[in-house]
Amino acid sequence: MTAVLGKQSAPPVPRPRRRFTIGRLLSLAVLTVAAVLVVAPLVWALATSLRTPATSFDQPPQWIPTHPIWSNYQAVFDKVPLTKFFLNSTLVTGLIVLGQLITSTMSGYAFAMVRFRGNKALFGIILATMMVPIQTTIIPVFLIIRYLGLTDSRMALVLPVVGGAFGTFLMRQYFLQMPRELGEAARVDGASHFQVFARIYAPMARAPMATLAVLTFSAYWNEFFRPLIFLQSTDKFTLPLGLVTLQGTMGTGSISIVLAGVIIALIPSVLIFLAAQRYFVEGIVAGSFR
Amino acid sequence: MSQPVRSLGRASAPAGARPGRPPQPPADEATALRRRAQSRRARREALFGYAMVASALLVVVVFTVVPIVASFVLALFKWDGISSPQFVGLDNFDALVGDKAVTHSLLVTSGLAVLIVFLQVALGLGLALMVAQRASKIVQNLFRAAFFLPMLASAASISIVMAYVFNDQFGVINYYLGLLHLPEVSWLSSTGGATATIVLVAVWQQLGFTFILFVAALASLPGDVLEAAQIDGASSARLFWRIKLPLISPTVLFASTVGLINTMQLFDQPYVMTKGGPGDSTYTTVLLVYQTAFQNLQFGYASAISVLLFAVLLVITAVQFTASRKWVFYS
Repeated sequence: MTAVLGKQSAPPVPRPRRRFTIGRLLSLAVLTVAAVLVVAPLVWALATSLRTPATSFDQPPQWIPTHPIWSNYQAVFDKVPLTKFFLNSTLVTGLIVLGQLITSTMSGYAFAMVRFRGNKALFGIILATMMVPIQTTIIPVFLIIRYLGLTDSRMALVLPVVGGAFGTFLMRQYFLQMPRELGEAARVDGASHFQVFARIYAPMARAPMATLAVLTFSAYWNEFFRPLIFLQSTDKFTLPLGLVTLQGTMGTGSISIVLAGVIIALIPSVLIFLAAQRYFVEGIVAGSFR
Repeated sequence: MSQPVRSLGRASAPAGARPGRPPQPPADEATALRRRAQSRRARREALFGYAMVASALLVVVVFTVVPIVASFVLALFKWDGISSPQFVGLDNFDALVGDKAVTHSLLVTSGLAVLIVFLQVALGLGLALMVAQRASKIVQNLFRAAFFLPMLASAASISIVMAYVFNDQFGVINYYLGLLHLPEVSWLSSTGGATATIVLVAVWQQLGFTFILFVAALASLPGDVLEAAQIDGASSARLFWRIKLPLISPTVLFASTVGLINTMQLFDQPYVMTKGGPGDSTYTTVLLVYQTAFQNLQFGYASAISVLLFAVLLVITAVQFTASRKWVFYS
């Protein structure tokens, strides 16, 4: 925080003209090599998903497919109920994002703007759970899910995470910066507490809500651990679980079809990243300046 | 109750002591009414507050707070999840101490975690430094997108891809090593190879996270301080160690704490790529919890391992924050 303030108060210092030095060229070269190495496995996956399954392991790898076999993308739908996996992932992730947006916005607003006894203590409880990884509580959560009769249901994935510490924290931080006067004026004019929230403050919180939506999406669209534990029937599988199962049945035979599935699962995340790059970055950085 | 208290207060205060507020002895009833209205408003506001936090609080309590407590309780029982649980006191924890699988998994996990976090922070910082001072905005965004790309995929499907890339016989990596006349590595079938693969894949996927953090931290450095140091003739190495690194040390602490907590829960990559093998060289603690609970149906014992993992995480965080007082610099 202080660092950000420092930047604002600093007078604009003209930067010295950039010169082409060996150092500059060297770091540009290192960066380029690193970027190529980072992207390469995904490019390989894309290229190999377009090879004939029989030649998918042939060396050298074909980085630019000369005869792309698009039918692999059809084949993956024939091998496994990929449409079903896709819909399951969409449904589960969609409900989680929606739930998080509703509960986090409401609770974040209340913790920031509403006076009630126990405000600080309750927020403290929520904050303390932020550091608790789900892997350490998974057994009781599994038992609670079983007690609720939700084993092997998509709701088992949704319900435990429709509200959470990070979202509440993020929204509270945002509402703390909002002026109270707006709401007080509306109250004098006869608006109810809920109207003040729903009509005045919530619509202003679009940016942090988008941040929360993007981060929640990417976390749960890619989730593997909980689906593996909670789901048994194939027709309820989400994409990551479905793909790992598909890979298991294909073994080391033809991999082009499996990779086609991997690429399909990646597309929504990439599209959301391209559309909301700012919110990804904002969310990650916001989490670090505590 | 409130009536006599208030009159007592009034009696002890000399009349007309407060300037600017004329004494209003007959307005007693009006004040009482106003106060009652005020308290009614406050009560309504409080009710509204409780209603607003109820949903998030309910989820957190039922699915995090209760499970934390339940883990400790379950750890005192022997239970297969079907027949009735048997109270065994601290027996599970006793067994834990002598269980080589548990100690081994903790060693494996912390070894992997330390390697992964060190590389992630070092590489993320190094790349961020290069981008921050050299490149134009467009080039910066291009690199950012490239380093971020693996983070968009699920660790599970990334592991599918990487299991092929690192395949011992027909993987791309060994093919290129062969072209360079380097010895082929048995990536997934040797102890060291499997460890290296898990580390490389995890670093590769999470690099974008530390990279973004450091780019943001470096962008917020005070330009005038850096300029002044440069004018004074500080070399760029000196500039980095003496000025930049201390200024971004809170970000280093944050990145390494979050990284350690995340990697201590490593599961997807070993589950998909190595199943904990070869031998038990990549058998992480969460993998052990998963198999103990959901395959061997030892819920009590698995809970004891979870409690141990939880305690280890708490200790790591505490140690990191205590040690950080020595090296983290808050301006």
